[in-house]
Amino acid sequence: MHRSNSEIILDMKNLVVDYETDDGIVHAVNGMNIKLNRKQSLGIVGETGAGKTTTALSILRLIPDPPGVIKNGEIFLEGEDILLYPEAKMRKLRGSYVSMIFQDPMTSLNPVLTVGEQISEVIRVHRKADSEDVIRKAKEMLEVVGIKSDRYNDFPYQFSGGMKQRIVIAMALACYPKLLIADEPTTALDVTIQAQILEVMKDLKEKFDTSLILITHDLGVVAEICDIVSVVYAGSIIEHGTLRDIFKSTKHPYTEGLFNSLPNINARAEFLKPIPGSMPDPTQVYTGCAFYERCKYAVDKCNAVKPPKIWLNDTHYVVCHKYDDIELTQKEVENNGM
Amino acid sequence: MLKYIMKRILMLLPVLIGVSFIVFFIVNLAPGDPARIIAGVETDEETVERIREDLGFNKTVVERYGIYMWKALQGDLGTSYYSNKTVIEAFMERIPNTLLLGFWSVVFGLIISMPVGIISAIKQYSIFDNLGMVLALTGISIPSFWLGILAILLFSLKLQLLPSGGNEFWYSVILPSITNGTQMMALMTRMTRSSMLEVIRQDYIMTARAKGLDEKTVVLKHALRNALIPVVTTAGNFLIMMIGSAVVTETIFSWPGVGRLIVESISKRDLNMVVGCVILITFIISIINLVIDLIYVLIDPKIRSSYGIMKG
Repeated sequence: MHRSNSEIILDMKNLVVDYETDDGIVHAVNGMNIKLNRKQSLGIVGETGAGKTTTALSILRLIPDPPGVIKNGEIFLEGEDILLYPEAKMRKLRGSYVSMIFQDPMTSLNPVLTVGEQISEVIRVHRKADSEDVIRKAKEMLEVVGIKSDRYNDFPYQFSGGMKQRIVIAMALACYPKLLIADEPTTALDVTIQAQILEVMKDLKEKFDTSLILITHDLGVVAEICDIVSVVYAGSIIEHGTLRDIFKSTKHPYTEGLFNSLPNINARAEFLKPIPGSMPDPTQVYTGCAFYERCKYAVDKCNAVKPPKIWLNDTHYVVCHKYDDIELTQKEVENNGM
Repeated sequence: MLKYIMKRILMLLPVLIGVSFIVFFIVNLAPGDPARIIAGVETDEETVERIREDLGFNKTVVERYGIYMWKALQGDLGTSYYSNKTVIEAFMERIPNTLLLGFWSVVFGLIISMPVGIISAIKQYSIFDNLGMVLALTGISIPSFWLGILAILLFSLKLQLLPSGGNEFWYSVILPSITNGTQMMALMTRMTRSSMLEVIRQDYIMTARAKGLDEKTVVLKHALRNALIPVVTTAGNFLIMMIGSAVVTETIFSWPGVGRLIVESISKRDLNMVVGCVILITFIISIINLVIDLIYVLIDPKIRSSYGIMKG
């Protein structure tokens, strides 16, 4: 496959994904835009049900269908729209060009196959190599993630959770993908193990020149590993910027809420300050802002008109009516969902 | 591993003693005087009494059980009241036929149920799936004696394709095994489907797809082996049920197996034969059970390790 040598690895434009269930249409992703450069790490942050995993699965075209349907949008991987690919061509991308790490290492390895076989398999599918080479390569990958290669013939249940996640990482990186998607890779692990796994991912990302999309609800993890951050609410991005933009000049009320709900030792309050309410019903379509009902700054306009995308600087934008009055010269207004 | 097998074989002893106890008493307490049936209705009471004494019926049931078990432990299960054959001889003559029928019933069941179950699961709610499930439900609901009679009516009488009974030809086994295997086939189809449906939603199946494997590899390599674990256990139970239901099927198709031998012996009050055959069948079923457990160990690595044959 020949590809242009562009700097942009992934360009997702206005992705819309619905789940068509018997109880109604669930609007999981509503106009998602992602642009990711070579070697860059993007953190996608949001609550459970915000459409993070669906977005990730769309990049691999692995949304369970039925009921999931990609309604609209384009996903360019190095300039080619993969939504137009036939399934066979798409399969060649999975595991070799784009890899994914799933949330729970306890269940993401096949219990009846040896870990060695599960790593070898992905190499065998994508690379032309004889079986000895494949096994040698798989053992090498085990060593890379810090597991002794003589455990090649062991089964998943013989490893701890953290080690299993290392094996999953070895599997995902075995064909040196250009893009690695990690869906809450540390959520199911102990805190000490979390740090180890993040360290492994950070190292290997450097080593293999891989771009990374890290899906998480943990802002601490984002701060650890990401360059840019997208905050997602109800299936679309409501604030996006560099790590510094998001952490140092938080703009959107929801992002603010996320930071406030983190326990803080310096300002230890009697109670935490969680965001009131919960995610809106995803079967509903909004005329205004989806965060309206939970927002403490909400005005009437928020319920009636969709907030525009407001650029605060070259890297930072927010989708909120609160910043409507920022001088026009400074901002570039686009309608959200265009 | 060897230790485990030895332990299982030792556990057989109490099972066999228990089964023999129950069967012996049920058979001996059943109405009908074996001596009278052997002698015939016309014979005078004196002769009947003599036969009774010959067979040991003048003793109490408990005494007779004691004597029976004492001999049984020495490998003597007695002789038929009617022929000069020992019970073991008669059983050995018939058991290959029963096992043959059981084997082909299971083969028939598996050949149909595995693919139908797998495809139904992968194409859930498709026409194929719905059709398959209707067939499975029908198969479960049809009693085998009725199916057997219908099969004889259609294939033997009307179409004259297959023999209605006996075992003279190699194809004689076809109708009995289909009759015998239909219920199991239907149940296995549903089992395979639901087991497959459960496995196909597991995270590791998504992982397999995310690796870029084609759908065939995902299903046959990653899903099927996991789905087979519960299916194999059930399949084993079915083989055992097959031998039980052979009593009906063998009678319908005059199949010279142990099932028919038992039925014949019951109607002739050939008590030695009935008790002996049941004990021997119990023994064979226990061995089959053991083999199934060993197969189970081969499929599931987690169980394998607990018997210490993990490495290598």
